[in-house]
Amino acid sequence: MSNRAKAFLFSTVLAAGVQFGGLGFAFAQDTLNNVSYDPTRELYREYSEHFAKVWKEKTGKDVVVSNSHGGSGAQVRAVVEGLPADVVTFPLEGDILAIEKAGLIDAGWQAEFPAASSPYTSTIVFLVRGGNPKGIKDWNDLVKEGVQVITPNPKTSGGARWNYLAAWAYELEQTGGDQEKAKEFVAALYRNVPVLDTGARGSTNTFVQNKVGDVLIAWENEALLSLKEFGAGEYEIVVPSLSILAEVKVAIVDKNVDAKGTRELAKAFLDELYSAESQKIFARNFYRPLYPDRVDPADLKSFPEVKLITIGDVFGGWEKAQPEHFGDGGVFDQIYSKD
Amino acid sequence: MSDPDLSAADAAQLSPTTEAWPVRAALIALTIVVVAVLLVVPLLVVFVQALGLGIGAALSTFRDADAVAAIGLTLLVAAVAVPCNMIFGIAAAWAIAKYRFPGRAFLITLIDLPFSVSPVVAGLVYVLLLGPFTPIGAWLLEDYGVRVIFAVPGVVLATIFVTFPFVARELIPLMQDQGTGDEEAAISLGASGWQTFWYVTLPNVKWALLYGVLLCNARAMGEFGAVAVISGKLRGETVTMPLQIELYYQEFRAMAQVSAFSLAAVLAGLALVTLAIKSWLEWRYADQLAATRAGH
Repeated sequence: MSNRAKAFLFSTVLAAGVQFGGLGFAFAQDTLNNVSYDPTRELYREYSEHFAKVWKEKTGKDVVVSNSHGGSGAQVRAVVEGLPADVVTFPLEGDILAIEKAGLIDAGWQAEFPAASSPYTSTIVFLVRGGNPKGIKDWNDLVKEGVQVITPNPKTSGGARWNYLAAWAYELEQTGGDQEKAKEFVAALYRNVPVLDTGARGSTNTFVQNKVGDVLIAWENEALLSLKEFGAGEYEIVVPSLSILAEVKVAIVDKNVDAKGTRELAKAFLDELYSAESQKIFARNFYRPLYPDRVDPADLKSFPEVKLITIGDVFGGWEKAQPEHFGDGGVFDQIYSKD
Repeated sequence: MSDPDLSAADAAQLSPTTEAWPVRAALIALTIVVVAVLLVVPLLVVFVQALGLGIGAALSTFRDADAVAAIGLTLLVAAVAVPCNMIFGIAAAWAIAKYRFPGRAFLITLIDLPFSVSPVVAGLVYVLLLGPFTPIGAWLLEDYGVRVIFAVPGVVLATIFVTFPFVARELIPLMQDQGTGDEEAAISLGASGWQTFWYVTLPNVKWALLYGVLLCNARAMGEFGAVAVISGKLRGETVTMPLQIELYYQEFRAMAQVSAFSLAAVLAGLALVTLAIKSWLEWRYADQLAATRAGH
C-alpha cells in the first residue's frame, strides 16, 4: 500500500505539472481582453468571431478574444483594480473617464476613433408584460402607486444611469426646467423599484425569468432581444415620449497594452467596429449603428422613432453629471437613502 | 463520523427501538420525500433541461471553446488545489495530533476559518492584498511578471483557501484518537522517520485521508463565490465551470440555456462519480474500515 500511496502522490504532482505546462503553451497565442458591460454578451460573442476572421486574413495569426461582462460600474472597478483589459467597451463616457483618472488610459482617447469613439448607440425604452395590464405609456406612469419598476443600480450599472437621466430629463421638460421637481419625480420612481440588480442583464432576468415587476426600464437592445427570444405575445415594448441618446464609448487601455505589447491588436479590434460588416452585426443585435446607410434596411425597421435628448444638452456632459448625480453623497444617494 | 451502511445493517438485526410500525413507516416516508424533493428532483431537472433540445444540442456545448476552457481550468484548479491541501492537511494533522505545543487548540480553530468565512470575503481580501496595484501584487507583476488576481493563479489560490480545512479536518480527530503508540513502536524497532510515516501513519489514516481528498475535490470543482470575485470573468481564460454556467444562464440564446444545463450536468456528474467512488470503496473495504475505526 505504501508504494501505491507513493505512486499516487507522484502521479498527482505529475498531473499538476503537465497541466501547468499546457497552460504555458496556451499563452503563446494572440489574446485580447475586452472588458464590456452587461447586455453586450451576444453582441461581442458574434463580433469576436468576426474579428478573429478579419485578423487571420490580415496577419495570418489566430487571435482569441476574451470578453468579460457585468454591470459597467463594477467592471470599471475591476479594471482599475487591475483586471488586464486591452480594450474597454462601455455604455458611457463617465465609465472610461474613471479609468482615465486612475491613470490607465491617456487623456484624449475620445479622439482616437471616429465619432468621438462611439461606434454605435442605443436608447432607453420600457418593456411591459403582454397586453400592458398596467396601461403604461410614458415616464409619468412609472411613479404611480402600485406600479413595480425594474431597473438596475446606477452605482454599479451604466444602463441604469441612462435610465435615471432619461427620467430626469422627461420631468425637466414637463415642468419647464424645474430641477427640484425632477429630483422629486426620480425619487418617486425609485420608491417603486423593489430590487436593484447590479447590471442590466440581471434586471432583465429579474423581469423576464423571475417575473418580478410591471415594467422594465431597459436598453432598447435588451428589450428587442427579449421580444425576439420570448415571443411578442409575452412582452410589449412601450416607447416613451422622450428618451436619451446613449452614446456607447470604446477605448484602448494604454497602460495595459503597452505592458503586454498588444496595442496594434487592440487598435485593430476597435477600428473594425466601424466597418460595414460590423455595423451590420450591431443592427442585427439591436444596437443603433453609427452608419445606418451601411446596413440592411430591414434590420433598421425594429428601431422605433423616439425623441432623443443628449447628455451634453441637458446635463452638461458626463464630467458634470457623474459626480453630481452618482458620486458619493450625490443626488442618487440623497433620494435613495431618504426612505 | 458515522457510516450509513453499517448502522443500517445493525439496526435491521438488533433494533434497539420499540416504535410501532406506523411511526417507522412515517419516518422512512418523510426521509424519502424530503430527499426526493430537495435532492433528486432538482438533479433530474438539470439533466432534463440539458437535453431539452436533444442530445446533439447538449453535446454541441462541448464544441464551444469557452466551455472547453472552463472545464480545463476547473480540472487544473482541482489538480493543484487538492494535492496542496492534501500535503498541508497531513502535515497539520501530524503536528496537531502528535506534538504538544502551546496554541494547539487555537491552531485548529484557525484551520476551520475557511468554513466560517464567506467565500466572497475571502475573494475580496485577496484582491485587496494581491491586486496588481497593491504593493505585493505590483512587486510580483513587475519583478517576476506573475499576475495573481484576475488570472489563473488567483483562481487557484482562492480555491485552495476555500478547500483548506477538508483534509485536515478529517485527519485531526482520527490521528488524535490513534495517539502515538504505533509510531513509538515502529521507531523503537529501528524505523526511520520516513519509514514510520509511509508504513505506519499513512496506512492508519488512509480512509480518512481519502474522504478528505474526495470532499476537497468536490468543493474545489464547485466553488463559486471566491472564484467569482477573483476571476474577472474573462471568458475562456479565468472562467471555471460554475462561473461559465452562470454566464450561459444569463445569455438569451435558447442554446445558451441548454449549454448552461449541459455544463451543470457535467459538474453534477463529476459529483456523482465522486460519491460513487466513495460508496464503492466503503463497500469494497468495509472490513478494513471497521478495523481502523475500532478505537474511534
